[in-house]
Amino acid sequence: MVGETLRNYLMIAWLLPLAGFVVEIFFGFYSKNPRHSKAAAWCAVGCIGAGFLCSCAALVTWGNANDWCALEHHDSHGEHADAGHETAGHEHGEHAAGDHHVAEPAHNAAAAGEDHGHEHAVAAASGDAADHDDHASGSQQTTYSGVLYTLGKFGSLELSLDYYIDSLTLVMFTMVTLIATCIHLFAMGYMSEELTDEYVDHQAHTSDGKHVHRPGRFYRFFAFLSLFCFAMLGLVLAGNIFQVFIFWELVGICSFLLIGFYTERKSASNAANKAFIMNRVGDFGFLIGLMVLWTFFGTFRFGDTTNAEGVVAEQGLFSMVHRDEATGNFLTEPITGDVLITDNHGHALQQDGQNRSIPYYLLVVAGLGVFAGCVGKSAQFPLQTWLPDAMEGPTPVSALVHSATMVAAGVYLTGRFFPMFVQEVLLTIAYIGCITLFVAATIAVVATDIKKVLAYSTISQLGYMMLGLGVFGWGAGLFHLITHAFFKSLMFLCSGSVIHGCHHEQEMPKMGGLLKKMPITAITMLVGVCAIAGFPMLFGLHFSGFHSKDAIVASALAFMKANPSHFLLFFIPLLTAGITAFYMFRLWFYTFWGTPRDHHVHEHAHESPWIMTVPLLILAPLAWLCAYGGESGPLYLMLTGDAPSHLANGVAAATEGGLVMPGHEAVHAVHSQAGLLALAAAFSGALIAYILYGTNLVNVEQMKNQLSGIHGFLANKWHFDDLYDALFMKPAHKVAAFCAWFDKTVFDSILHGSAKLVVLVSQWDRIFDEKVVDGFVNLLGTSTQSVGRSFKVVQTGRLRQYVMFIVLGVVALFAVVFTTFPG
Amino acid sequence: MATKRNGIGVLMGVELVLNGANINFVAFSKFTALGLDGQVFSLFVIVLAAAEAAVALAIALNFYNNHLTIDVDRGNKLKG
Repeated sequence: MVGETLRNYLMIAWLLPLAGFVVEIFFGFYSKNPRHSKAAAWCAVGCIGAGFLCSCAALVTWGNANDWCALEHHDSHGEHADAGHETAGHEHGEHAAGDHHVAEPAHNAAAAGEDHGHEHAVAAASGDAADHDDHASGSQQTTYSGVLYTLGKFGSLELSLDYYIDSLTLVMFTMVTLIATCIHLFAMGYMSEELTDEYVDHQAHTSDGKHVHRPGRFYRFFAFLSLFCFAMLGLVLAGNIFQVFIFWELVGICSFLLIGFYTERKSASNAANKAFIMNRVGDFGFLIGLMVLWTFFGTFRFGDTTNAEGVVAEQGLFSMVHRDEATGNFLTEPITGDVLITDNHGHALQQDGQNRSIPYYLLVVAGLGVFAGCVGKSAQFPLQTWLPDAMEGPTPVSALVHSATMVAAGVYLTGRFFPMFVQEVLLTIAYIGCITLFVAATIAVVATDIKKVLAYSTISQLGYMMLGLGVFGWGAGLFHLITHAFFKSLMFLCSGSVIHGCHHEQEMPKMGGLLKKMPITAITMLVGVCAIAGFPMLFGLHFSGFHSKDAIVASALAFMKANPSHFLLFFIPLLTAGITAFYMFRLWFYTFWGTPRDHHVHEHAHESPWIMTVPLLILAPLAWLCAYGGESGPLYLMLTGDAPSHLANGVAAATEGGLVMPGHEAVHAVHSQAGLLALAAAFSGALIAYILYGTNLVNVEQMKNQLSGIHGFLANKWHFDDLYDALFMKPAHKVAAFCAWFDKTVFDSILHGSAKLVVLVSQWDRIFDEKVVDGFVNLLGTSTQSVGRSFKVVQTGRLRQYVMFIVLGVVALFAVVFTTFPG
Repeated sequence: MATKRNGIGVLMGVELVLNGANINFVAFSKFTALGLDGQVFSLFVIVLAAAEAAVALAIALNFYNNHLTIDVDRGNKLKG
């Protein structure tokens, strides 16, 4: 069974990092010399590296099972496809870690589709290639889903750990494990300062103004990285949205732990808290979305579960809503307009003799809720401010968690959950992405901290992905996710190398002229910069960002043509493409070009050791070439192999004047036009950056002073932090101060008053006890005593007197008796 | 009995009182409807008087041993 093989491969890849985490955190601590040993790092690298091999194996298994049908290219738009035949083999070799024979001369994928044998070789060698969907024809199974473990049953409802494997899962697995392996290797060099019993943290001070001295935390860092990898892979493998939520929180806590790794620094612990709390805001929406889905659909699963005979036993979310074949809109109840909940064949499910349905607005709420979670995790407007602060973490963390994987998880979930989104939700996604990409890009222009520039650039690129998804460019958005992961992790590692080489100097104004000192870092960084700027053609091969950004801009243009009122969704990304090129080249020229601005930093700068440069050299070709072939290339075809089926033809307006979603044809028609515009924007941005920072033609300082108003506005991050400070922090402080006052005056006075009352009452009680109760008892005692004393005189001790008493008594008795009873 | 200071004299007075009581019991039982009650009572009293005499004589002996006299007025140690 292919499904079981795939499941086993991916489960190994998923669970190995967890095993690694356990070993590192416990045995790392108990080993003889934990502070000096690199064993934990090798353990982590081994686990994630093995995970990468398992992912590749799963990819090959999957491809072989469906004869690499994903690579058979149906569409005819292939203007980028024939670029760069000659070095295709090179890229494939990089990808597949050297296994399989290299296909050469490499056909482009479209051509390879006709020749089955040959195509096989290309796909197998690329390790990333493959597939095109056969959802339409149904001849090949490409998605596999099932249950791993049942968590609990509530009547007919069931919560479980599931898996859902399709081409997107496999590509994500391969990407995450590959990048994580590189970053683990890099971190082994970058974190080597922690291999000591006494680490001096120069940025943290104790109360008496000295630097903090603490034991090194090398093994702990790698344990956290392993835990993160486990959580991230679990998120990708998850087969139901509740499971996604579980791992969503797990990556959140790993992010928290890693941002706050230098926990003695106040800024680091604040940043960790900020990241965690802002994510909670988004996750609140996520929970609301989950509740709506659970209430109306009764399941969280994406795909259908089949029983042993291959018959559908239980439907997943994706098959419970159906789209009309002609218009692409959801099937609805004709009178109420509620969206029908259907079986696998599009017939409405019945309950109590009525059609089951979900009100349209609640489907919007569910979609917006799930997207709110993605907004938090992917640092979209208005929750974007945590990501720049998260740069307080060590640079490998920024590369892995805060650029390539975790923040992309929001985009991944948006893509995964795409079939459930209605037009209104998609429009929201598009606008949120659009605002984010513009705001973040403008801030990146004035940022001077090298990591902050990259952080804002990450936010901006995530905005591009969201925009791509929102304007119905599903493939484009996810395509950019993968290419961005490669080039951004590369650039973060390069910045890490620079920071390491400059002895933890992060301010770009103190750098400059580092090209000669650190050539490998500078060149690999340049590759990343060209990739993100979207430059075409180096030795006849386009940079990956060129393809993916083109795809997004083309989708946006098609969307604008279909819905002219939303023209901003095209022009802002186009403008931002230019800004992107500008700030990225500004970063590169600032850091590596020109003359050294701080001689102290420059003199001590050095190229990083091989363990840090090798990952750069692995990632640089990938960042350049992973998108080889563009939208006819293996990566794109593989990604979109299991794309939602309503994408191809677009969606017609549901109501008069409603949104129209462009299909593939419409996007294809404007592709070259959009590509040219984006290219022009990128070139002009890069040119301006060169003039301003690469030459001495313009005095940048003077320009900054002339534009001090706008510069201050951007340098203060559009005052978002101030705004949130004024909107939430200040009122919260006010309310807290009021509560404290209320507590101190009202509650405390009530407490004090009652305490005084109690004291008073007990004082009275004491008096009563002492005077009344004790007095009565004492009186009784003394009176008894005095009576006894007065009677004692009777006892004289004289016997004859007693006898006289007896005689007198008897006589008296007689007298009484005789007088009482006379006769 | 009340006038005697000699312990033996007092004892003899006690015997006389008891015997007087016995005679009363026997004599008055003639006028009651209870038959032999008076006689039985007096028999009990005789037995008790015998026991009492034995105890009293022992007390008198011990009294003498301690005080070398049997003058009852000397025995005022228990005065309150």
